[in-house]
Amino acid sequence: MKEVLPYNKDGGCIISISGLKKSFGDMVVLNGIDLCVKKGENVVVLGRSGSGKSVLIKLMVGLLKQDAGSISILGQAVETANQKEMNALRLKIGFLFQGSALYDSMTVRENLAFSFVRNRKIHKRTLVDKAIAEALDDVGLIQTMDQMPAALSGGQKKRIGIARMLILRPEIILYDEPTAGLDPITSVEINNLINKVKKQYDTTSLIITHDLSCAKFTGDRILMLNEGKFIREGGFDQVFDTSDPRIRDFYNYNFIQTT
Amino acid sequence: MNSNAGTPGNKEKSNITKSIRDFFIDMYLVARFIKRIFRESFRIPFEFNEIIRQCYTIGVNSLPIISLTSFIIGFVFTKQSRPSLVEFGATSWLPSLVSIAIVRALAPLITALILAGKVGSNMGAELASMRVTEQIDAMEVSSTNPFKFLVVTRVIAITLMLPLLVSYSAIIALAGGYLNIHHVELTSYKTFLQNGFSQITFLDLTSSFTKSIFYGFTIGVTGCFKGYHADMGTVGVGKAANSAVVISMFLIFLEELIIVQVINYFRFL
Repeated sequence: MKEVLPYNKDGGCIISISGLKKSFGDMVVLNGIDLCVKKGENVVVLGRSGSGKSVLIKLMVGLLKQDAGSISILGQAVETANQKEMNALRLKIGFLFQGSALYDSMTVRENLAFSFVRNRKIHKRTLVDKAIAEALDDVGLIQTMDQMPAALSGGQKKRIGIARMLILRPEIILYDEPTAGLDPITSVEINNLINKVKKQYDTTSLIITHDLSCAKFTGDRILMLNEGKFIREGGFDQVFDTSDPRIRDFYNYNFIQTT
Repeated sequence: MNSNAGTPGNKEKSNITKSIRDFFIDMYLVARFIKRIFRESFRIPFEFNEIIRQCYTIGVNSLPIISLTSFIIGFVFTKQSRPSLVEFGATSWLPSLVSIAIVRALAPLITALILAGKVGSNMGAELASMRVTEQIDAMEVSSTNPFKFLVVTRVIAITLMLPLLVSYSAIIALAGGYLNIHHVELTSYKTFLQNGFSQITFLDLTSSFTKSIFYGFTIGVTGCFKGYHADMGTVGVGKAANSAVVISMFLIFLEELIIVQVINYFRFL
């Protein structure tokens, strides 16, 4: 049974999800998700691999289509949006992919310029370079401007991925496993960067992760996803202050390897 | 209860039905893909820089292999054709025979097959790899049009470059043929060209040009379709590259057969 801890839900949600369902064949991935994210919040969705976390954010940007339910972001219903409306909405949403998804045939500069030039209609080289330098400076990687993605480390790729979002000045950022595959020190750097971005750019974020330290350091609110439903919601300590084995096991296995 | 249910015969029948159904679904998807290519080609903004970059990659990078293959084919074809003509005392027809064969059939076909292997597989693998690593999704969520940037530019580039490469291939193959003729009969370059081109008609040039446009479009569409719709995983990348080549080559031969029939109809009209 869903146990939702007290949370102030007054005021409008800039991300509003209701009764969201998604299946792949016979496999039910999301089974009636409800979610409200308010402006300026960092909401973390925690869950095991395959629990449907990534599917949730892919539905939000229209990369997948839901079977039932509704998603409204910044007042725009995603399921009924036409291509033009969807593009306008996507401009306000930044998406960090799990594998960073940098365009590997382009340099870092070209990666950042690609969507900036096409969306902002700015073609003057000096203005484009200025915007790129600013975004790279924010993630501390200005020196990589002319490098190819293949020459970057995993952590650097994530940062460039973040810079590629920031250059478009999004209002909402969706992070898909931002610390997956990174060492603990780099993970902390990415967590700090997520918090810095929130402060500096006044963004609202939805962070998908199974990394508890990422959830603890970046989340204002945690939602626990299990078998297609949110089973618990609240602050980090509140969420794990329970005897529910599904949540206790998730907590314990993050720190202790048992056979 | 049906006693035949689940028997090998029924299983085979259902597999055949599934294959036929999948074939028609694929045909429908390809038709939609082509329709979208035409629609996006005429919509602003045009990705001119990417088209030029693709033209360069496809055109310039294919020159060495096309030069070598065309020269060898021209040289060997001439050498192999001579004995038959010598038998009839018709060696003076050799330049015409070589020119007609090269312009009408060999240059377009050889160039298209080389590009299907070199460029078609590259397109399939590159786009499939981008699909698998979510690069295409990343373009989509950043409000850009990956289809136009990745597919339309490549299809336009190869459709434009193939006729040019076919012309180049024909020139190099003729040079190969001339070298062989000159070596044996000391025919002058001028005589070779005069004899060779005396039998080439406007219809030959038109058919060669038309064929190369069709071949280019076919290679582009097949490579991009297979890559853009690749299944997830690295297996999908290999599969996309492989099927891009195999299907392109099959379609090129099929088009050759159809276009030759149509051209011959006009030739003897």
